Amino acid sequence: MTAQVTRKQMRTVFADTVVESLDADPRVVMLTADISSWFFWEAKKEHPDRVLNLGIREQAMIDIAGGFALTGMRPVVHTYGPFLIERPFEQIKIGLGHQDVGAVLVSVGASYDDPSWGRTHQAPGDVALLDTLPGWTVHVPGHEDEVEPLLRQAIAGDGRVYMRLSERANSEAVPVSDGFTVLRQGSAGVVVAVGPVLDQVLAATSTVDVTVLYASTIRPFDHAGLRAAVGAAKPNVVLVEPYLRGTSAFEVTEALSDVPHRLASFGTWRDREARVYGTPEEHDRLFGVDAEGLAKSIADFVR
Amino acid sequence: MHTAEETLRGLFARLTGDNKHLAAATSTLDAIWVLYDRVLNVSPDNIDDPDRDRFYLSKGHGPMAYYAMLAAKGFIEPETLDNWRTFGSPLGMHPDHVLAPGVEISSGSLGHGLPLGVGTALGLRAQGRSARVFVLIGDGEFDEGSNHETMAIAGRLGLERLTAIVIDNKTASLGWPGGIAGRFEMEGWHATTVDGRDHDQLYKALSAEPDGRPHAVVAEILPLAEGSAA
Repeated sequence: MTAQVTRKQMRTVFADTVVESLDADPRVVMLTADISSWFFWEAKKEHPDRVLNLGIREQAMIDIAGGFALTGMRPVVHTYGPFLIERPFEQIKIGLGHQDVGAVLVSVGASYDDPSWGRTHQAPGDVALLDTLPGWTVHVPGHEDEVEPLLRQAIAGDGRVYMRLSERANSEAVPVSDGFTVLRQGSAGVVVAVGPVLDQVLAATSTVDVTVLYASTIRPFDHAGLRAAVGAAKPNVVLVEPYLRGTSAFEVTEALSDVPHRLASFGTWRDREARVYGTPEEHDRLFGVDAEGLAKSIADFVR
Repeated sequence: MHTAEETLRGLFARLTGDNKHLAAATSTLDAIWVLYDRVLNVSPDNIDDPDRDRFYLSKGHGPMAYYAMLAAKGFIEPETLDNWRTFGSPLGMHPDHVLAPGVEISSGSLGHGLPLGVGTALGLRAQGRSARVFVLIGDGEFDEGSNHETMAIAGRLGLERLTAIVIDNKTASLGWPGGIAGRFEMEGWHATTVDGRDHDQLYKALSAEPDGRPHAVVAEILPLAEGSAA
């Protein structure tokens, strides 16, 4: 716990990285809709035309990013998850995708970083929504040290990238990779941990003989990595994602289309809203993605 | 020899099968023609030049006037018009800029062109370029809330290289009492209202020198008199 005092938030790393990119790359533009705009006040003095806080106007912000990209620039767009992906979703579809241009969208808030704020500030469906559109890369860093390399790579490119930041982070970073990183090898099954659920997955599987895969990049989905892991263990696949349960289930199905397998998915509820406040840890328990809940579910599933 | 406008109307007829009346009745033909014929520094020769002027057709429905102009100005072959909307044609009921040469944005869903235009104007400004950006919207399209977010942004940021052309044929279901120009003026734009079929009025408004504010040109389209072919 004492270590956490000195650790940076993912959002701070994001802002620092963008500010450095603004200095280094004249293509970079930073757009905000009030939230987090204060991180960029200093940078705006240096780059008044490339740092813009547009006020609380998310629909316009996404299309404006598309307009910037049409001139060859590289927009980075940021606000709270529900207002970045859900509210202006058609702008993402038309203003970016259909114009065939890219942008880097960076959200904070995740699925339930602070459940006391309620449903309006929770975006458990963001990754599933982007799955309805072609061409998106999705990063779900699980530690603040994973943010900078992923973001630098995203800004240097010209594709459509979504980065989902959270106030929740694992105790240690995993070196970033396009695909799955094998953290543990076992024979009874394969557990996939995405982003900031890794600590509880490792705790839950400490006495179970399973392979643990970790991803900070979940789209594109590493089909080959999953196939390799499943080939070396019993084909019992467990998916633990920090958003809507089963979001990557169709990817698992595609990756293993010719491999008989079982699949158990964990994440937030699909069938009802969780109309309770409280803490993120309480919501972990509610959804069964706390270490204790996962330990029981995974042990039962791979037995 | 045909005049350029006669050629345009002939091209329009290839899309509609009607050689006179529909061309005259379309609300956007005159504004688009004046822009490409007299205002924009864009042609098939410089369509990839980052310093070219941009025209974004936000009101993507009813694109016949736009396609006819693209053929008249050499962006597409006239024959392309004959099989528009068919499988494999680059021209659909709503334009797709990935498919159609000369088309700057893909449109059809209302309320995207103006913010795309603002982003482009900001991008050009950040690059120190002086190209102008023209966005054509409709008075019905003006209902979309994204336009109102964008109108405020463009006004506050003083985007003087941006012009919004609002084709006002009074189709907004709940109307805009007091007029559309006043809404733009309230947000810090310079606004001009013209007769949307009068080429000289359109030219004068669309070629006005920038004055530190974005410019809205409200082009009023009044219903044609019965039997008129004008």
